[in-house]
Amino acid sequence: MNAPHQATYLGMPAFPTAADASTRNTQLRANLRHATHTIRAKRASAVAELDDWSRLRAAGAAIKDRTLRHLDHYLERLESAVTAAGGHVHWAADADEANRIVTELVRATGEREVVKVKSMATQEIGLNNALATAGITAYETDLAELIVQLGDDLPSHILVPAIHRNRGEIRDIFAAKMAQWGRPAPEGLTDAPADLAEAARLHLREKFLNAKVGISGANFMVAETGTLVVVESEGNGRMCLTLPETLISVVGIEKIVPTFQDLEVFLQLLPRSSTAERMNPYTSTWTGTTDADGPSTFHLVLLDNGRTDTLADTVGRQALRCIRCSACLNVCPVYERAGGHAYGSAYPGPIGAILTPQLRGTQSEVDASLPYASSLCGACYEVCPVAIDIPEVLVHLRERVVEGGPASVRGTRAVIKPAKGHAAERAAMRAARWALDHPLVLRTGQRLASRTRRFHPRRLPGPGRAWSDTRELPSVPEESFRDWWQRTRGGSRTEGRKTT
Amino acid sequence: MTPRDPGSRNPDDPGNPGAQGAHAPGTRSTQDPGPHAPGAPGLGSRALVMARIRRALADVPRAETPGEVPVERTYHRVHGDRGSAETVDLLAEHLADYRAIVHRADTPDHTGAPEAPGAPGAPSLPALIARLLADRGATSVAVPPGLPASWLSDVPDAVRRVPDAAELTPHDLDAVSSVVTACAVAIAETGTVVLDAAPDQGRRHITLVPDHHICVIRVPDQVVGSVPEALERLDPARPLTWISGPSATSDIELDRVEGVHGPRTLEVILVGPQTAGRS
Ligand code: SF4
Repeated sequence: MNAPHQATYLGMPAFPTAADASTRNTQLRANLRHATHTIRAKRASAVAELDDWSRLRAAGAAIKDRTLRHLDHYLERLESAVTAAGGHVHWAADADEANRIVTELVRATGEREVVKVKSMATQEIGLNNALATAGITAYETDLAELIVQLGDDLPSHILVPAIHRNRGEIRDIFAAKMAQWGRPAPEGLTDAPADLAEAARLHLREKFLNAKVGISGANFMVAETGTLVVVESEGNGRMCLTLPETLISVVGIEKIVPTFQDLEVFLQLLPRSSTAERMNPYTSTWTGTTDADGPSTFHLVLLDNGRTDTLADTVGRQALRCIRCSACLNVCPVYERAGGHAYGSAYPGPIGAILTPQLRGTQSEVDASLPYASSLCGACYEVCPVAIDIPEVLVHLRERVVEGGPASVRGTRAVIKPAKGHAAERAAMRAARWALDHPLVLRTGQRLASRTRRFHPRRLPGPGRAWSDTRELPSVPEESFRDWWQRTRGGSRTEGRKTT
Repeated sequence: MTPRDPGSRNPDDPGNPGAQGAHAPGTRSTQDPGPHAPGAPGLGSRALVMARIRRALADVPRAETPGEVPVERTYHRVHGDRGSAETVDLLAEHLADYRAIVHRADTPDHTGAPEAPGAPGAPSLPALIARLLADRGATSVAVPPGLPASWLSDVPDAVRRVPDAAELTPHDLDAVSSVVTACAVAIAETGTVVLDAAPDQGRRHITLVPDHHICVIRVPDQVVGSVPEALERLDPARPLTWISGPSATSDIELDRVEGVHGPRTLEVILVGPQTAGRS
């Protein structure tokens, strides 16, 4: 079957333009508000059940730091453990190389169709499009990914890629599109979530039962044992990991944890942070291949694609601790307002605002604008289960965008030119203004004040510096940042309006 | 540990592009020819990524070992202080929270009280399994090779036994009504059962494709309090499946709905002495 056209993030407008469009989409905003507010409260109570949460969080951060500081060591261990257990390890320096490796591996099986379990890494590299170009159809099997794929849409949330769709829209997409991809939706499909789940079950069943090749990512890879871990809810992951003859996993090099015991921290942190559950319904672990149980061939593709550049930045490095729980998205006032697509990559929300500009660099308009897609309220840092100080990294990246400076670009130390006067700077300015202009976004003005005080900035880095005309920031207790902004527009109100 | 490339962490090393600094964005140094350079592609990229990592970690002292990066494990081994019967009760409660159907049975080698309305005591395991399969209308049941034969002794012959064999295809399994297995360990705090593909549980696909899974937990021996206690008992070399309630999704408006691809009905039987130690 020929797969219909698949959407891509390529050529998306910079954050402020995209955010303006989605802010005007009231349906999207209502869907997002409903979903994120539901999960926020649930997450808080799931976390409150564990009185040692802050210690688990500190241990999670420390284990990831240990891994990152010795990543070469752990990758070598992982590689030999996976190989010893019967797996094949491949290395991909960038997206193109990863796509080429996977395409060749699928071709070698002689199959033209693969089943996929949701994976951020394969979204990041645009694997489905690369496979389609080679005449291979990739079926997304996660319910939300299926909604996105059938709707010719883009993911807008890490955990729930179709969070911008409500049940009525999902029903319409299923009814209209399932037949193009396989088994049609049942007659008279309603918008009850249970009916929608049933429709997905029937639609994908034949694909699972016939699948010869499965493609996955992984939440964790254990260096000591070569064990991969996939955490999921629906059972589509188990299907893709168990039924096919060949399994190909594409995993970022930062997904390592040193020991099997270390999983005790992350298997407590992740489910409560992401779906607000004590434990997600299904977690699968596998180590190489097992005789007569599951795939007989296993390939692991280790992906760099900008991760080593991120690692080279001693401030930005912490973004590689991320376990993709999506808690930071769910609490972010900017995300709630702008929606996931505005971030222009597979990684939306606060984590996207710090990860994408590091993975891809800050040279394009959209990437330069991302560090400004925030009010620095700090809510993301508070909920992050691995304590990534997202506001700190945002401030750091704003400096890099505007003032330039040393950075690693595809593995090489380089000096980034300042964006001053370039389209990138204008996009960044607009992003900052967008965030600052939305009252909802800034309702946590007091927390912002305490954050900025913690950083002791002499002045706002980046465009903020331009607005404040290089004068000192007002002292925090006297005036909240929001009040200051509303009063002065950063000292460049008129000029700012013109560039909008 | 493998020693790092000497000098690769040293920013003052003249051979290290990090010391040179002034590349325009997007340019590549001669030391990083990129992944598309000629040569053996796989090996080339491995060396390339490793070299990038070593350059990126120039700030990490060369003598530092991974163990020197502090990790404080001050979190609890288990949350709360419970006796074994209370731990089993907590497991039952948390399994039920996520819509697993929980039953209790008396030890199979123990003469259980016959199941009768209003009668105290739990049914015997074989009687309970037979009833659950009958209630479900099961016409066939997948059977792991090492399942104790007595467990299915009360199930009528009309219910076809499907042994877990290598030649069983996913399509064959799709036609099977139910599966009965043991488990490796169960976690009270999270309401989780873990399967490790041992002979009394069978290969992974038999607990995946049929829509009805009956999982037997020997209590209190197989029940632990917490995730850390469970990992300690598990062998990472075996394929593990952690199950916390039946298949579910949160993908429609971030609300949990049960029943997508995995078994939509999960019945858990806690089998063991039902009187001793109950609080
Ligand atoms: S940055 Fe933290 S909160 Fe956000 S997705 Fe990653 S781990 Fe979760």
